[in-house]
Amino acid sequence: MIIPLNYSFRNLWTRRLTTFLTAGGIALVIFVFSAVLMLANGLEKTLVGTGSDKNAIIVRQGAESEFMSMLDRNAVNIVKSQPEIAVGPEGNRLAASEVVVLINLPKRGSSNPSHVQIRGVAPESLTMRPQVKVVEGRRWRPGLSEVIVGRPVAEGFQGAGLGETIRFGMRDWTVVGVFDAEGAGFESEIWVDAEQLVQAFRRPVFSSITAQLSSAGDFSSLKSRLESDPRLTVEVAREKQYYAEQSEMMATFIRVLGLFVTVIFSLGAMIGAMITMYASVANRTTEIGTMRALGFPRRSILGAFLFESLLLASIGGGLGILLASFLQFVTVSTTNFATFSELAFRFILSPAIVVQSLTFALAMGFLGGFLPAVRASRQKIVEAFRAS
Amino acid sequence: MELFRLILKNTLRHPLRSILTVFGIAIAISAFGLIRTVIGAWYSGVDASAPNRLITRNAVSLGFSLPLSYREAIRGIPGVADVSYASWFGGIYIDEKHSQFPQFAVDATTWYEIYPEFQLPPEQEAVFKQQRNAAVAGRKLAERFSWKVGDTIQMRGMIFPGEWEFVIRGIYTGERKSTDETQFHFHYQYLDEKLRQTAPFQAGNVGWYVVKVQNPKQAAEVAEAIDRRFKNSLAETLTETERAFVLGFISMSETILVALRIISMVIIGVILLVLSNTMAMTARERLSEYAVLKTLGFGARHLIVLIIGESLLIALTGGLLGILITYPAANGFERAMGDAMGAIFPAFDVATSTQIICALMAVIVGLAASAFPTWRAVQVRIVDGLRRVG
Repeated sequence: MIIPLNYSFRNLWTRRLTTFLTAGGIALVIFVFSAVLMLANGLEKTLVGTGSDKNAIIVRQGAESEFMSMLDRNAVNIVKSQPEIAVGPEGNRLAASEVVVLINLPKRGSSNPSHVQIRGVAPESLTMRPQVKVVEGRRWRPGLSEVIVGRPVAEGFQGAGLGETIRFGMRDWTVVGVFDAEGAGFESEIWVDAEQLVQAFRRPVFSSITAQLSSAGDFSSLKSRLESDPRLTVEVAREKQYYAEQSEMMATFIRVLGLFVTVIFSLGAMIGAMITMYASVANRTTEIGTMRALGFPRRSILGAFLFESLLLASIGGGLGILLASFLQFVTVSTTNFATFSELAFRFILSPAIVVQSLTFALAMGFLGGFLPAVRASRQKIVEAFRAS
Repeated sequence: MELFRLILKNTLRHPLRSILTVFGIAIAISAFGLIRTVIGAWYSGVDASAPNRLITRNAVSLGFSLPLSYREAIRGIPGVADVSYASWFGGIYIDEKHSQFPQFAVDATTWYEIYPEFQLPPEQEAVFKQQRNAAVAGRKLAERFSWKVGDTIQMRGMIFPGEWEFVIRGIYTGERKSTDETQFHFHYQYLDEKLRQTAPFQAGNVGWYVVKVQNPKQAAEVAEAIDRRFKNSLAETLTETERAFVLGFISMSETILVALRIISMVIIGVILLVLSNTMAMTARERLSEYAVLKTLGFGARHLIVLIIGESLLIALTGGLLGILITYPAANGFERAMGDAMGAIFPAFDVATSTQIICALMAVIVGLAASAFPTWRAVQVRIVDGLRRVG
């Protein structure tokens, strides 16, 4: 004989205030838990989406980020002449030598300076990165001090809006366009003609070369040839992997800190659930006795109380996930430790995170409800009736 | 006094429930304290900054260096007492995971004069100044890798390629608690000589200058004079007080700090819910008792003291326990973050202000949680109370 599920529902409904308070506590914990996972996920998505499987990136050996890397023109020419590199429609090699520098710009609102990455690019850069599209204004004209900026940069930094000017390298650069890159990390950058940038900063070096491979399988042969070339000290990586690795440190930091905190106060929520369940067992001593007298076995009583606690947790969990899902409209911008530059990313919810959060909520409900449910099922019938 | 006994008796009527609540509050308060400690650690560099030091760096960003020739020019500016300089080395020791500690190539002759809070035994300093490949490590850093004076260590350069070898010739200790004891200093000349052979383009440049001013009141004027001196040159400078420089760094990770502050508020919310829950149950069960008390002639005042007293007793016990747990929690956290910590948090200690705020939070939660039950108890009509079966 199984106790109808309705029994558990109605129990929760009878003590509305207590149910609401306990579910609220669980909801807050789940909200933080899923927010942390969403943030780490959003960060990874942004950086993984920055690279493409077809492209390889060449940097100086040991350079974790592009701005640490230096390649002279000689090295650039050697790399560009490799046979694995695809040929574009005009017969040009699809390889772009780029310059990456960091500049300080004051943020809008707070005026605190933060580092923004400027990428000096070649015409091929735009061919190889189809996700980058100018959505307002136009591209720069060759030979002029003009730049285009990613949307979050235009919105977040002073002087980076369309038509405004940014000063660096002893020149004033006019922002002539705003671009979108489908949420990739490039959106947090300012793009400019590489040759102009090299002149402005008088640095006769490039930071990285991005090359499109004629077929993805050619990667290993390109990698082994370039890395063993005695004239070069370079490292060849798949573009996607290279950018994904830049998110590792930040994502780990967010996860460790977030989960540490979540685990600590999930204990608080668990205790809340335990208090509620213990009280509802204590209040229903007579009821439990009646049910046992009617012939319901201990197992069913254990099940009914456990179900009640799981129900409580899933209400809280659902509420928490619902609250967290609204975070998807929020864009976060912070300095990425790995590249030392400002990076904009979003909270991104995924089915996996929903499942993880609900599992976590149910685990809290189970752990919080197990002992009280055991107590309920072990009550002696006679004593239960004796209790007032 | 009688009331206090009654409060204690009431609290212990459901020992399990009270203990669980106390425990829940303790855990949440310690999480709150831990987060405040993390935020405090973030700002510890600000406390360590001196008012008479300015940092001069390339106006474009820290990614750009300044010519070594600026040193004499800065020295000649009125109001400047002394100039030192450093470059960020960014090497890899053992592997990437272990290398998260600051490594600076410094001007050995002036560095420890400008930073008196790095206390290096005089005999060690003398040896350090004489030996080209000598290095000095902070106490915490030396403990982490069990380095001793005389050890030779290898690093792989990230910004300056190649294998670098250093000999530890000194271990400095911090003057104050907030002093960063995780830094690694070595000779700028050692770096520069090697660069002249391998990467002449990078040689003859320093990351930033540290300027000591004669009078802290003149810091702003001196900073302006330095920047004016290099205006419209290839490497324009940006000079600010050490404090402003550190704050600028912190503001880069503002978002994380904001998130932590929000989480700490959410935690207080969770405790409030747990305690409110306990108090709501208590009041629901004892409504008929309150009616009895009223019949006996106890006024609303007594009831309020009784309920608020119980709530505060639980909250404060939990709060106190939580403050005690914060210490091992902070130590555990420091170990868990281990390798990443050194880079971000030079000093990680639970501050007195954190304890006070934790206690205050416990009081606030205790008062807030008893609001509704108190209102119910005061409102209840004797007849209804007696009629009720809790």
